[in-house]
Amino acid sequence: MTKTLKLRFNRKQLCIPYAAFLILFVICPLLVIIYYAFTNGTGQFTFDNLVNFFSNTNTLGTLLNSIAIACVTTIVCLVIAYPVAYILARSKFRRKYVLLMLFVLPMWINFTLRITALKEILSFIEGNLAMYPFLNTVIGMTYDFLPFMILPLYTALSKLDKSLFEAAEDLGASSFTVFMRVVLPLSVPGIISGVTMVLLPSMTNYVVLDMLYNSTYIMGSLIGSYFAAYDWNNGSMISLILLIIIFIITLATNKFNDDQSSGRTVL
Amino acid sequence: MNQTSTIIELKNVCKSFDDTVAVENFNLTVQKGEFVTFLGPSGCGKTTTLRMIAGFDLPTSGQILLNGEDISNLPPNKRPVNTVFQRYALFPHLNVYENIAFGLKLKKIETEVTNRKGEKVKKLTHLSRREIDEKVKRVLDIVDLEGFEKRSVATLSGGQQQRVAIARAIVNEPEILLLDEPLGALDLKMRKEMQIELKEMHRRLGITFIYVTHDQEEALTMSDKIVVINDGEIQQIGTPTDIYNEPVNTFVADFIGESNIFNGMMTGKLKVKFCGAEFDCLDDYEINQYVDVVVRPEDIIICKPGEGQLKGKVLSTVFKGVHYEITVEVGRFEIVIQSTAYAAPDSVIGMRIEPDGIHIMEKVYTENKYDGVITKKNTVEFGDGEFECDVTQLYPGSHLDEEGYLITAAGEKLDLTGTEVTVEVGFRDITMSDEKDAGGAEGSIISMIYKGDHYRYIVRTEENEEDYVLACPDLWNTGDKVSLIIPADKIKLTLKPAAGEKK
Repeated sequence: MTKTLKLRFNRKQLCIPYAAFLILFVICPLLVIIYYAFTNGTGQFTFDNLVNFFSNTNTLGTLLNSIAIACVTTIVCLVIAYPVAYILARSKFRRKYVLLMLFVLPMWINFTLRITALKEILSFIEGNLAMYPFLNTVIGMTYDFLPFMILPLYTALSKLDKSLFEAAEDLGASSFTVFMRVVLPLSVPGIISGVTMVLLPSMTNYVVLDMLYNSTYIMGSLIGSYFAAYDWNNGSMISLILLIIIFIITLATNKFNDDQSSGRTVL
Repeated sequence: MNQTSTIIELKNVCKSFDDTVAVENFNLTVQKGEFVTFLGPSGCGKTTTLRMIAGFDLPTSGQILLNGEDISNLPPNKRPVNTVFQRYALFPHLNVYENIAFGLKLKKIETEVTNRKGEKVKKLTHLSRREIDEKVKRVLDIVDLEGFEKRSVATLSGGQQQRVAIARAIVNEPEILLLDEPLGALDLKMRKEMQIELKEMHRRLGITFIYVTHDQEEALTMSDKIVVINDGEIQQIGTPTDIYNEPVNTFVADFIGESNIFNGMMTGKLKVKFCGAEFDCLDDYEINQYVDVVVRPEDIIICKPGEGQLKGKVLSTVFKGVHYEITVEVGRFEIVIQSTAYAAPDSVIGMRIEPDGIHIMEKVYTENKYDGVITKKNTVEFGDGEFECDVTQLYPGSHLDEEGYLITAAGEKLDLTGTEVTVEVGFRDITMSDEKDAGGAEGSIISMIYKGDHYRYIVRTEENEEDYVLACPDLWNTGDKVSLIIPADKIKLTLKPAAGEKK
C-alpha cells in the first residue's frame, strides 16, 4: 500500500497550481469575453458589436478621453518624478532611502482611503468637485501612480556611472549639457518603464473617477456601465478592443526598451 | 627653470576628505611637453592629485597655476585639460564617432563674420560639421581606428575602447592630457603595445602628458619625469634614471625595482658597515650615524670565496631568462643577486660590491616618539592605545605604595593621573599579535620593507592614524590587522618640561 501512495515528485509539478490559476482566471474569462464580443443577445455570431463601437460617438469619445487623461497623467507624473528621482539618486545624503520611502509610503495605505482623503481636500479647495472633472481625475491619478514613476526612474538614474558625468564635464559640457546629452539619454529605459507603469493603468482605472463623483467617462467606467446594464456583448467588445490597444502599446515599448538595453548589457 | 616653459604648477596643494588627508603639501612644476608620471601604491593620493588638476576635486588649500593663472577653483569644463579615465567612461548611448565628437560639438571658437550691415564682427560659433568630421577622422587615424566611426562602443575590445577614450581626449587639443591608469584594465601584451604607442603619440602631438600609474615598470619606460608619491606626500621627483639609481629613501628604493635594503652604520669617511662587513662608498655622512643602505641586485658581483667583501652560501638559483636570480645567505642576512653568471645552490661564493653600487640614505624613521598622558595607576595613553608602564622611571629613586600612588625619593606622595609625558619605544620592543586585545593598541600594517634579516613594518591605527614602526623577523602581509604589544619596561617615559614644573 505504502508503495503506491508514494508521491513521485518532480519540479515541473510545481507549476501546476499556476497553470490551473492561469487557465481558470485568465484564459477561460478571455475566451468568454471573445465569445460574448462576437455574439448578440441570442447567442448568434455577429460583428455588430464591433461596428457599434466605431460608429457610436459616445464610445469613441470615451476612448479619446481615456487616452487624453492617461497621457496628461503620465506627463504630469514624469515631470514631478524625474527631478525627485534625479535629486535622490545623485544626492550624497546618507538618509536618502528615508526620503525615497516617504514618496513610496502612500502605496502602503489603502487605496480607497487615500482617494477619500484626497476627495475631502479637493472639495475643501474647489467647493464642488463636479466643476473640474478632468483636473480632478488627473490629480487623483497622479497621486495614485506617482510612486510607480519614481521607483523605475530612481533605479535607472542611480545605476549610472558617475565617471560618465565627469567625462562629459571634462570635455567641456556645462551641468545643463551634461544632463541633456548624457543623463537624459541614458535614463530612457527608466522613463519607458515608468511610463508603461503609469500610462496603462491610468487608461482603465475608473475607481478614482467613481470616488471623486466624476462625470468624466474613461474606458474602464464605460465597460462598467455596459456590464451594469447586463449588456455583456457590447461590454465584452470594448474590453477586447482595450486589451488589443494595451497589447500594442506594451509591444511597442518593449521593442524600444530592447533596442536600448541590448547595447548596454554588452558593456 | 625657465618661467615661460612652465605649463602647470602646483603650490602647497593639500586635499583632505572629512578627516583623512589624501594629499599633503604637494609642490610640483611641469614643463611644456613633458611626460610626467605620478607613481605610487594604490591609495597614495596620486589619483586625487590628478583629479584636482582636472577640476573634479578642489584642493582644500594651495594653488594650481596653469600658465601662471590660478585655476584652483575653475570647474572642469572651463579648463584646457582633458582626461583619459581609468575605466574609459565612454558614453554607451553614443557610437565611436559621436563619442569622439562630443567635446568638439560643444566647443565654440571665435570667428569673424560679416553681419547684415557689411561690418566684420567677432562671434563665437560652433565648429562646422566638416571641421568636426575632419578632426575626428584625423584622431581616428592617430589611434589606428579608421573605419570604426559607426561602431557602438559596446562592441569594442578593451584595447579599442582605450583608444577611443584617448582619441576623445586628444581631439580637443588640450594643453595637458591627464591619464588615470589608462592601461590598468588591459592584459600584459596589450599594455606593452599601448605603452609604446602612447609614448609615440606624446612625441608626435607635443602635448604635456600627466600619467598616473602604480606600475613602476610603466613609469620607468614612458616618463620624462617621475613623481614618486606615498601616503599623500611626494617622496622623490626625478628622471627615471635618477629615481632608479639614486633613490632618496628606502620607500623609493623598495618601490622602484628590486633592492636589498640593510641597516648600516657609517664607520669612517666614505666607509659604511652593513651585513657584517665594511664597504667603501661615495656618500658622505657623519661617522657613527645609522643609515639605510640600498644595493640593487644587479650591482652585486659574484666572485670566488675569499675575494670580495662578503662570503655566503647560495640558497636558491632561479633562471629568469636574461639573468639568474640568486639568493645568498650571509650570516643571518639574506641577499638577492641578479647575475648572468651561474652559481650552484649550496655552493659558497664571494660577493663584491663596488662603491657606486652602494646607495646610502638617511633613516626616515629613527624612533617611535609619542605624546602620552598618564592615566590611572601605571598606565599611559599614547598613539591610540593604552599600555601598562613603569612610572617610577619619571622620578629617580621613587617607588609605588600599595594603593598605586607614587612615592618620590623624598617621601612625597604624587597622583600622576593626567600628567603629560613623552613616550619613546624602540623598533624591536614592539611585537605584533593577530589576537585582538592582546596588546594596548590596534592597527593595520601599511608598509613593509625587507632588510636582509628582518622586516620593517609600519602599523597605523585607525582612529588618529598614529604610526608604529617596528622590526620583526616574521612575515606578515600589508593590510593585516594587528594588535601591538609593548612590555611595560620597554616604554621609556620622560616628563614634558611644562608638566614637570607644575608638579
